[in-house]
Amino acid sequence: MDSFGSDPAVAAPTAVKILIAGGFGVGKTTFVSSVSEIPPLTTEAPLTAAGLGVDDTAGIAGKHTTTVALDFGRITLGEGEIMLYLFGTPGQDRFWFMWDELARGAIGAVILVDTRRMADAFPAIDFFEDRGVPFLLAVNQFPDGPTYPLTDVARAADLPPGRPLVYCDARERGSARAALVHLTRHALQLTP
Amino acid sequence: MVEAAAPDDWDDLPEPLVRPYAVTNGRTGPAAPLMLLALVCTTTAGQRALWERYPLEPEARAIAVLCVQIHSIAEIGAHLRLPLVVVQVLVDDLQRAGILSVHRPPDVERPGRDLLKKVLDGLVRL
Repeated sequence: MDSFGSDPAVAAPTAVKILIAGGFGVGKTTFVSSVSEIPPLTTEAPLTAAGLGVDDTAGIAGKHTTTVALDFGRITLGEGEIMLYLFGTPGQDRFWFMWDELARGAIGAVILVDTRRMADAFPAIDFFEDRGVPFLLAVNQFPDGPTYPLTDVARAADLPPGRPLVYCDARERGSARAALVHLTRHALQLTP
Repeated sequence: MVEAAAPDDWDDLPEPLVRPYAVTNGRTGPAAPLMLLALVCTTTAGQRALWERYPLEPEARAIAVLCVQIHSIAEIGAHLRLPLVVVQVLVDDLQRAGILSVHRPPDVERPGRDLLKKVLDGLVRL
């Protein structure tokens, strides 16, 4: 590991990321807010999708670039040697599923589920399943939402066997943190 | 189906093909792939440059001031309200000028066991 700048006293921390995915309005930003040490930030990130329904006609590189708003937060771990970033995947932009850069290098993803709108979680499940990214399904409890046994949720989500599933209250720091612990433990089990 | 745009039709396109990123002298992308999590820190030489009012573009100066404390590319974009591609071009330039030091995370598919253990340990102690 190279040292930072010309100051030997400042060691370079390691940056890692966990993605917080799920449908629009499922509580991704709430989740990030409750566990982040900084108020959530938003940045405009470019999304380059090859052949996004756009033909490679004019011979212009064959790529189409758009920008999506990414919400994220940060947790400093240990004695500051690890900076864990939590990125909420864009909820309204259907193109993020083409964005491999976002998933590359990630520990994994917490997919938040609203049991009233189960189908909203399917694209995220497929995305991470296809790419072999460890993920955890976290059923976000809404006060007015019905409570289903997790086995029913797993069946409704058509969750492949061995994928972890937990209840989570995205507003509660402890609950959000527990989901991150569970996901990281799962990722560790999958890592040879 | 989109018709092929001949060069003389470009004026009629709804969006400019190249966004006018004046602060990057028109460059729209860095040579290296975008690294949201590259950590950026202003070097001692960079801090001296700030102190001695070395002439820097306002955006470059703002980045150097912010990164006296370590920030990721994503954070720089959010704090300074600059698109990430612009941030990355400026950071590349400032790194070459010796003003910033950039620590890029290893380009791996998944983090290794050692790092995962440290993260898990850190989260449990949180």
